Amino acid sequence: MSLIDSIPLPRSVRLPRVDGLIQWIVPLAIIAIWQVASVTGFVPTRVLPAPSDVVLAGWKLLLSGELVRNIWVSFWRASIGFLIGGSIGFAFGLANGLSQLSAKLTDTTLQMVRNVPHLALIPLVILWFGIDESAKLFLVALGVFFPIYLNTLHGIRTVDPQLIEMGRIYGMTDGELFRRVIFPGALPSIFVGIRFALGIMWLTLIVAETIAASSGLGYMAMQAREFMLIDVVVLSILIYALLGKLADSASRVLERLTLSWHPAFQKR
Amino acid sequence: MQTAVRSSLPETELASRANFTPHARVVREERSASAVGLPLSIRGLRKSFGDNEVLRGIDLHIPAGQFVAIVGKSGCGKSTLLRLIAGLDKIDAGSISFGQEIQPEDIRVMFQEPRLLPWARVLANVEVGLGRDRASGDAHARAEKALIEVGLADKRDQWPSVLSGGQKQRVALGRALVSRPRVLAFDEPLGALDALTRISMQRLLERVWRDQGFTAILVTHDVSEAVALADRVLVIEEGRIAHDVSVNAGRPRQRGSVELAGLEGSILSHLLSADDRT
Repeated sequence: MSLIDSIPLPRSVRLPRVDGLIQWIVPLAIIAIWQVASVTGFVPTRVLPAPSDVVLAGWKLLLSGELVRNIWVSFWRASIGFLIGGSIGFAFGLANGLSQLSAKLTDTTLQMVRNVPHLALIPLVILWFGIDESAKLFLVALGVFFPIYLNTLHGIRTVDPQLIEMGRIYGMTDGELFRRVIFPGALPSIFVGIRFALGIMWLTLIVAETIAASSGLGYMAMQAREFMLIDVVVLSILIYALLGKLADSASRVLERLTLSWHPAFQKR
Repeated sequence: MQTAVRSSLPETELASRANFTPHARVVREERSASAVGLPLSIRGLRKSFGDNEVLRGIDLHIPAGQFVAIVGKSGCGKSTLLRLIAGLDKIDAGSISFGQEIQPEDIRVMFQEPRLLPWARVLANVEVGLGRDRASGDAHARAEKALIEVGLADKRDQWPSVLSGGQKQRVALGRALVSRPRVLAFDEPLGALDALTRISMQRLLERVWRDQGFTAILVTHDVSEAVALADRVLVIEEGRIAHDVSVNAGRPRQRGSVELAGLEGSILSHLLSADDRT
């Protein structure tokens, strides 16, 4: 970074292009090395197919419509589960951050539930919901709930009390105080929660789809394993990586938009 | 012409030049129609925190528009007195009266920390000071006028994080002034600033006080600051007013003049002799 900054280039050429390319150098290099290793036979295709084979497999699945359908199903499950679990976590975080009574009532319970690994519930969830959509949504929602709950709560509790006193002195009503002081103050922490949650969201979904599903990327990978289609297995894994990156980028963009006041997000 | 030059001046020079800018006059005329400073009567004021009795009976009358400085060692209760006057803490016994019914916007406090909202731009931070008038149509215009008064009109769209310490404190002053308060309480507002910025801020405080005529109460640990700014210096020791010193030097005051230095010396010796006794 500092090296690039010190090179006196015209402003328009500088940051966006170079920065945009730099982050892709390593992934592209890995793929290139991988291709060479496969073609030369250094890595047997039974262990790892060449990237070109993976792309070919992807192309075939794309043409048959299977790929798009499975990606869509997984994406839909992830988003809906995230929305449900995230909103409930956010609501509890707000309630427990703002009200002592609410915190006393529910925080201990939530902290106990938090210590149960949510994936340990898979057998129970299958018994409850079978292997249809609600099982996956339930697991994703449960996994996403805690990082968002904890970080929202933490964000609200750590808002500078001097700012809150200032708000009161200047006659802010409770609503105004929340809108102008507490919520913006808690936002950086809430975003930390969201990014944690996005990671957990994919993790949960992969596991859930691998174990019990009849569609989706995880299901596609498991089916391919049955038929020894290793190129499809690798393809699914790569798509998970891309989707994860996409979700992270989306949250970064959102962060940049809403936290432009924050010194960490100010670009000269 | 003056206003055009301002933004390029260094901070120290800026405040002193601001004495001559024409907008200062405008403010004064506007103000004279409505009421100005409020008088303040404190009787038998007591305050304890747990077993610790911080204020042990304060009796004090401050005439309208006076600039009073309160000095004392740390822990003597000077900040507590200020917080009680500003209505931030509850009174245990005694009374504080302003001679009439007051609005929340009539009393403003300025703290040692600027306490700006980091996520609001400078202008929006000043608008916070309008209290219940925040939603009114002229909120922007009034906030901008307050920013001009503190010499930061060109920073209106900046985030607080890019401002210097002195500039942040000036935004905080603008926020305190925007509702045209009748009592302004300062809790060591310049304590965290470097020496030069401090002097320029002192001049700014004196100027806005003279322009607007509010009653000013300044808590400070800096005796030279107290005598440079105030009409009257109160020395608080062990929760009581130990000395009440009038400062009759003319304004604007010459920093480091013999008269002020003598006063400063005698107040300091009061403070230090109390130290020897304990």
